[in-house]
Amino acid sequence: MTAIELANQLKARFGDLLAAPVEFRGEVTLKLADAGRIAEVCEFAKKSLGFDMLLDLSSVDNYGDDPRWTVVYELYGMGHHCHLRLKTDVSEEKSELPTVTGVWRTADWHEREAYDMMGVRFRGHPDLRRILMWDGYPYFPLRKDFPLAGKPTEMPDIAFTKPAPLEGGPFVTVAGGKDTIAREPRVRVSESDAK
Amino acid sequence: MANTTDFGYDSKIEGDIVVTRVDAAVNWFRKNSLWPMPMGLACCAIELMAAGASRFDISRFGSEVMRFSPRQSDVMIVAGTVTYKMALAVRRIYDQMPEPKWVIAMGACASTGGMYRSYAVLQGVDNILPVDVYVAGCPPRPEALLDALIKLQNKIQKEPVLAT
Ligand code: SF4
Repeated sequence: MTAIELANQLKARFGDLLAAPVEFRGEVTLKLADAGRIAEVCEFAKKSLGFDMLLDLSSVDNYGDDPRWTVVYELYGMGHHCHLRLKTDVSEEKSELPTVTGVWRTADWHEREAYDMMGVRFRGHPDLRRILMWDGYPYFPLRKDFPLAGKPTEMPDIAFTKPAPLEGGPFVTVAGGKDTIAREPRVRVSESDAK
Repeated sequence: MANTTDFGYDSKIEGDIVVTRVDAAVNWFRKNSLWPMPMGLACCAIELMAAGASRFDISRFGSEVMRFSPRQSDVMIVAGTVTYKMALAVRRIYDQMPEPKWVIAMGACASTGGMYRSYAVLQGVDNILPVDVYVAGCPPRPEALLDALIKLQNKIQKEPVLAT
């Protein structure tokens, strides 16, 4: 059994909900059109296709594009040793999709992290609190429109934050520059920002 | 060996008489038994542990008694990245330490935030505590921490105790 066969079985079960599997450098990715049915797809992948492990769950901010969020699920089967990636898009207005904690219990903390950092909510999650930042922190710091230096906040007796001095930064290295001076970390304004 | 027991004043038993100032004596007691509060928050704490182990042996300087209770410690060694989530807890532990107390900021993170110019990291523990000695390095070697300890001892030796 290979990942691409398993992906095709999943596609056969859900039809047009799933785009055709894409293979890139030996990794198979499936895109789910309707984020609202992610739990159902995962349930089937686990129960019938042997994907008994959720390796990771992460979120992507496609800032400036619509839909803004992509949630990524990395599935693995300890029986057949195949890896499968599921992706699904969530719009900014909605920012919500069903939890998969009912399928894999490990999704609990992964989803809390995605919520904490990106502000995507997981409907039906048993305990959707922040996991890294404190309760009451007002921002979602991994969003692309959140400044790297941070923003000032104040919660008496709990925590405060201040913007970090960046000295014109962030400092960016360039891989493959011709000498150390070209490669070393410097303030660089990317071409898209410069115009 | 001849038995030479004499009666009266015996310098071998009574010891030599040392004349000093109270300031100097008290400071001498203090500086040679600085009990650390090991505020190990990240990777630098590993070097702090190495400083306590046999190769570097911090007990040569009287600081081997790592106290995990702030009530019993004299010097807080902030070893590691102070996040904003931890900052006020560090401050509270410092407040719980009895006077006199000192602080060593160990490593780039504790001194300035280090490489973490980010939303989550306090940019130097001196934003919330008075720091006596800063140690450069990422992480500093245990020798550097011992050097900071000796610098702190020199500083304590010069502090006025009774003048205030
Ligand atoms: S200064 Fe370097 S070694 Fe020390 S806590 Fe920071 S990152 Fe870790």
